[in-house]
Amino acid sequence: MSEFGILSFGAYVPITRLQRSAIHATNSWFAGGLRGLAKGEKAVANWDEDSVTMALEAARDALDGIDRASVQRVAIASTTLPFADRQNAGIVKEALNLPDAVGALDVAGSQRAATSALLAALGGNETTLVTAAEITTPKPASEREMTSGDAAAAVLVGTGTPIATLVASHSVTMDFVDHFREAGEAHDYDWEARWVRDEGFARIMNPAIAALLKKAGVEGAAIDHFLVPVAVKGVPEMLAKKAGIGEGAVADTLGANLGHAGAAHALVMLAGTLEKAKPGERILLASFGQGCDLILFEVTGAIGSVKPRLGVSGWLARRIESTNYAKYLFHRGLLQLDRGARAEHDSKTALTALWRGRKAVLGLVGGRCTKTGTVQFPKSEVSVGGNDHAVGTQEDYPLAEVPAKVMTWTADALTYSPDPPSYYGNIDFVGGGRMMTEFTDFAGDALDVGADLRMMFRIKAYDENRGFRRYFWKAAPAF
Amino acid sequence: MAKGIRDKVAILGMGCAKFGERWDKDEDQLMLEAYEEAMADAGIEASQIDAAWLGAAFDAQNIGPSGIPLAVALRLPDIGVTKVENYCASGTESFRGAVYAVASGACDIALAMGAEKLKDTGYGGLPVRTRGTTHDMVGITGSAPGNFAQLASAYRGVHGVSKDDLKRAMAHVSVKSHANGAKNPKAHLQKAVTMDQVLGAPMIAEPLGLFDCCGVSDGAACAIVTTPEIARALGKTDIVTVKALQLATSNGWEMQAQGWNGSYFHTTRVAATRAYDEAGITDPRSQLSLIEVHDCFSVTELVTMEDLHISKEGQGWRDVLDGFYDCDGAIPCQIDGGLKCFGHPIGASGLRMIYENYLQILGRAGERQRQDNPVFALSHNLGGMPNQNVSSIAIIGRADA
Repeated sequence: MSEFGILSFGAYVPITRLQRSAIHATNSWFAGGLRGLAKGEKAVANWDEDSVTMALEAARDALDGIDRASVQRVAIASTTLPFADRQNAGIVKEALNLPDAVGALDVAGSQRAATSALLAALGGNETTLVTAAEITTPKPASEREMTSGDAAAAVLVGTGTPIATLVASHSVTMDFVDHFREAGEAHDYDWEARWVRDEGFARIMNPAIAALLKKAGVEGAAIDHFLVPVAVKGVPEMLAKKAGIGEGAVADTLGANLGHAGAAHALVMLAGTLEKAKPGERILLASFGQGCDLILFEVTGAIGSVKPRLGVSGWLARRIESTNYAKYLFHRGLLQLDRGARAEHDSKTALTALWRGRKAVLGLVGGRCTKTGTVQFPKSEVSVGGNDHAVGTQEDYPLAEVPAKVMTWTADALTYSPDPPSYYGNIDFVGGGRMMTEFTDFAGDALDVGADLRMMFRIKAYDENRGFRRYFWKAAPAF
Repeated sequence: MAKGIRDKVAILGMGCAKFGERWDKDEDQLMLEAYEEAMADAGIEASQIDAAWLGAAFDAQNIGPSGIPLAVALRLPDIGVTKVENYCASGTESFRGAVYAVASGACDIALAMGAEKLKDTGYGGLPVRTRGTTHDMVGITGSAPGNFAQLASAYRGVHGVSKDDLKRAMAHVSVKSHANGAKNPKAHLQKAVTMDQVLGAPMIAEPLGLFDCCGVSDGAACAIVTTPEIARALGKTDIVTVKALQLATSNGWEMQAQGWNGSYFHTTRVAATRAYDEAGITDPRSQLSLIEVHDCFSVTELVTMEDLHISKEGQGWRDVLDGFYDCDGAIPCQIDGGLKCFGHPIGASGLRMIYENYLQILGRAGERQRQDNPVFALSHNLGGMPNQNVSSIAIIGRADA
């Protein structure tokens, strides 16, 4: 029998793990007080990633083995959406190559944006893909710089065989401003941590958690997984104790090797918990931000039948360690380097051409000749090679999920790249199709002819003159 | 069935400006420099020129669009001047226009000019440019060395050549061209280099180091063509004719289908086969006297030796290391220094190659003159990148050959 609930889940963590000791090595002269936080590592997005590209990867992770045509609405939650006016969820939809007849929703403005988006989906009756992503924006030498990290997650909600169902939810809204970031500002401004802990987390969340448990008719002790996406040490434990939730139920906030991923963190923790949850267990997700959202799930017997491609644990295992703090600062626009005259090249995008070619550009949809079977990218009126010059014989052939191999490559130190040298080359898709593309996420000497590849959706170029970023697909080491 | 261009058109005169960093000259002055030499060689008046073609690739960076810059620079007498652009093969393309005009009988005398002013960009290497709105969304902007460097990774893989062996063969290509360029007063780079210098140079695009890349230069080159009959009527006795002129343009097969392995130029193989057929050459390895090829990068020259059907596939690197293509080898390649040292003012390069071949056939190449009376000389002018390009081949030779 079909039920409504969470049908699948996924996550995404960027490959680079910046060592906090490296941050502190540079900043300790100025911010010596952060020494206690200078351990472990944080996930940092590459220069060619943003909240949309990360949300897309999380969505792919969640939709592994699932019929994408079942998705009726795509939501993205983030406080760092790249576009203030252009449907960000719409870009995710195009990159997933979903049919046009789907809804879209961008949710922003609070650390609980993701849980609010999830509640909206759970309160409806559509099959909704809820994604959340954050490319965090801490000031250099701040505590946030130490505690934050970049990540994304996705949850598919709808009718089918759910792995978890909603038991109860409870929300309160109060304009408690523990920190803020006005539109257009680069960084957050924080109020005193002790006040936030006592008057915010404790005073607002304790009674709300009690209210939810009462509403659900569940004792605190019956909660198996208590998810509190808060980076402040001791807060989840403090809330658990007050609510009678066992200490062992308090979920790891992933601070040691990921960092707090802002508005996305609630879904990242949920995805991480669903990886190991058992039938019958209760998950309480409690997210804070101008009030709080509390969502209580019960895990069903179907848990384990649907798995993300990598999940939080898989993504955390896919890592490249970095101690290059200067590179991180440069990629975030926090350090001006002499980029040279080649960086002056104008990357203006013809929006008309982008619209005509959106399936190729955003969805990596190529063509397959119905007469010869030849696969190619991009699609064209007359097929490439070995045809009889018939016109209009090609059908759509999506390549984004098709594995590929390196055919040729170079490491180009002349062309401008924010992460030189620029790696690019020709690649062959398994089953046909070839293109020249950029390589991303490769560690030093791993790139060679024949290497296995997986396509990833990334930022191709920034048009700094007009404030527009151009997306396209790049080839990453297979995983 | 067309019989081709063989012996229908003669070169009446040629000229070439000094290539290099011509900080003190505008493009019109460089074109004039090449033109004056060509006109003196041809022994004609401007009023005798019926039509002209101008080859230039980076018009946005220097002379601007259309045939007007050439007409103005030379104050041509209101004749038709056509601007052609075919990437780095633009020079041979302008030659093709002039030669075809004469061969058709529409013109008695036609002029081809190739020109480029690259040193006004403010930075080294070729200018960054767009390749069209759609390409810019799905293609690679990259750099020329980055595009051509990929030949090496594929060549190694296809032929099982070690990284060190290929790098040494590539270095030999550059050492040889520098030695040749040192004997050429018009060359951009006139200094010999050692193997160690080449092998130890900074990396530009793996595995191409600084000395694996050609110079980026200002310059111009010019050809004046007519029929052999008119040439004789004008008093020429030592006639050099066009034996073959072929152009092959990628249709996307290399880049989009899966038949090409990345280690060679498909178009060059096609154009070479057609050119030998047109010229009546059956064994290029024994019949060609010398060659000028598009050595934008050392690895390009190396694989081109195979694509021109002179070296066996997978063996070009051995011929290179054996000195087969040295100035005193069986077939000298880039006896004038090539793109590597003569320099590469894009639009001029194809005509510069023909200029050198013309001088060599006429015994006018000075210190670098080949002493065995060259008969057939081939030039190969390539534009684009390995996976999508235009490849042109011109073979010229003695009229009686």
